[in-house]
Amino acid sequence: MSQAQAILSVTGRGLPVRGDDIDTDRIMPARFLKAVSFEGLERHVFEDDRAADPRHPFNDARYKGASILVVNRNFGCGSSREHAPQGLARFGIAAVVGESFSEIFQGNAAVMGLPCFAADRESIDRLQSIVEKTPEVTITADVQSGVVTAGDVRIRASLPSALRDAFVSGQWNPTAMLLDRFEEVREVATRLPYVTGF
Amino acid sequence: MANTLFHKVWDTHTVRRLPSGQTQLFAGLHLIHEVTSPQAFDMLRQHGWRVAFPERTFATVDHIVPTSSQRRPFLDVMAEEMTVALERNCREFGIPFWPPDHENQGIVHVIGPELGLTQPGMVIACGDSHTSTHGAFGAIAFGIGTSQVRDVLASQSLALDPLKVRRIDVNGRLNPGVYAKDVILTIIRRLGVRGGVGYAYEYGGDTIDRMSLEERMTICNMSIEGGARAGYVNPDDTTFAFLKGRRFAPQGAAFDRAVAWWRSLASDANAGYDDRVGLTAGSIEPTVTWGINPGQSVGVGERIDGDARDEAFAFMGFHPGDRVAGTKIDVAFIGSCTNSRLSDLEEAARIVRGHKVAPHVKALVVPGSRTVSQAAEARGLHEIFRSAGFEWRGAGCSMCLAMNPDRLEGRQICASSSNRNFKGRQGSPTGRTLLMSPAMVAAAAIAGEVVDVRTMLDEVTA
Repeated sequence: MSQAQAILSVTGRGLPVRGDDIDTDRIMPARFLKAVSFEGLERHVFEDDRAADPRHPFNDARYKGASILVVNRNFGCGSSREHAPQGLARFGIAAVVGESFSEIFQGNAAVMGLPCFAADRESIDRLQSIVEKTPEVTITADVQSGVVTAGDVRIRASLPSALRDAFVSGQWNPTAMLLDRFEEVREVATRLPYVTGF
Repeated sequence: MANTLFHKVWDTHTVRRLPSGQTQLFAGLHLIHEVTSPQAFDMLRQHGWRVAFPERTFATVDHIVPTSSQRRPFLDVMAEEMTVALERNCREFGIPFWPPDHENQGIVHVIGPELGLTQPGMVIACGDSHTSTHGAFGAIAFGIGTSQVRDVLASQSLALDPLKVRRIDVNGRLNPGVYAKDVILTIIRRLGVRGGVGYAYEYGGDTIDRMSLEERMTICNMSIEGGARAGYVNPDDTTFAFLKGRRFAPQGAAFDRAVAWWRSLASDANAGYDDRVGLTAGSIEPTVTWGINPGQSVGVGERIDGDARDEAFAFMGFHPGDRVAGTKIDVAFIGSCTNSRLSDLEEAARIVRGHKVAPHVKALVVPGSRTVSQAAEARGLHEIFRSAGFEWRGAGCSMCLAMNPDRLEGRQICASSSNRNFKGRQGSPTGRTLLMSPAMVAAAAIAGEVVDVRTMLDEVTA
């Protein structure tokens, strides 16, 4: 995982999940966090929502094999559990396009190589509508240009510039970078009064 | 140049600008627990990385510990396995660990402050979104994911983008029966659950200035429910008095030097903010949530307004125009990193004293830490709660997120002093949560339904 690859674009079929403020407890209920690894989380994505609603998009056979999630505002709010994006990625989701994201979710997803693109409400509605009407339509989300296309629909979506550059340069997994000039970390530590004992 | 605490702390902790454009930020204090750390340690082992500063990370167990009996091994095999994994990881990497039977054990966001680990001017990270709690001391505290836990373990630093700062002033006197919980629920109601995305919230004004550190923690704790990844209060004499003499706080002459540094970090009087919002304390009412996110709240006597098509109405069983007051409850929960500290239990006990829990209500009090539990017992609070019919439990996260045996069943309704009313949050996919202050939960437990705590307060003071 340290030798990250550049992620320039994601292509696949769409999976629209409508609704604002979909929190990470809904994406991955807490009882599935009782484990010491992330393995098998794909089986529990949206488990309670799916059980409550037979028509939930994750139950819909038309979207089987889809890899681009299309959501609305503040997706992934609430708990910082990385189990939520881990579950989505293991389910087969390779990109999320939505109106907005919780910062913790977006950051957790980025570190796993899962870009979250943001677009305005009207654009997202168009994208969700075309996928609902023609689930087989191919979506392409381009990281550098922020253009997302699906059939006749072409929308502008963006990533925060630092995350965009990180995907394009293959530096989305930051640990190696953070360790790269570790002597500078030590320098900061020696400047901080609470580290040196005041 | 005039500056905010956020920017001063950010600048003093900046290691460098990364090639990606993000900032590499030194994390001065790292708290870990059993749920979001095991995968991070596995990643370290895969790469052969060591823990860079093992003395700057502290570990305990809180999410999965049972609160009725904490005897080991835990009955829940997975809970036991997670605890054993944390013990083993801490031993292997040289990290201080407080196991379930240790006197320092408790919810990470309760024990960090009470041990004096949490100090002004720090950057604090923890794999838990309620890390914003520590901002009450004038620290910049971030909730992080597991990959970032790995990063902090390996490099004691994080790759982050800076936040904007919104100043939220609260001025005036709070009315009796109105608590810090009502203030933060009102702020979130007003600014919305995504209003804080991209911001750190700086809370100030004379209402906040008069608050104890415990009250400020309740406010900062729920910053994340308003979308703000961090929230803080500038450090002042109240902060320093709280810290003096705590185990990990600087001692003697070092404490005086620390105070001088801490004071220098507070936002300058003429600092500029990206946004400013003001609230009048006197207009805040005892507040309860009616919906499925913490922004969906009303004053206890107020009617619910909203679009009937909002899924929150169908899920909760309310209709536009209803009042929450009078809603029959099944469970009353006093606890969580939002409201499980001594002052929370004291306020609840004032209401409970001399009353009985309604026969149909299951009521429990879960202190935030063993230290809180002992302090409460020394004051006889456990007897007040027990004789009223509350269960008095051991320390942990308990029914806030139900990763332990404490959970709702079916469509039960819970009056809860916790922080999230998300669908399924308290362990039953159809369970319903009404967030409110600990005093309001106590009042609801006794009445058997949601009531205005002020009607019971009159009785207490009379």
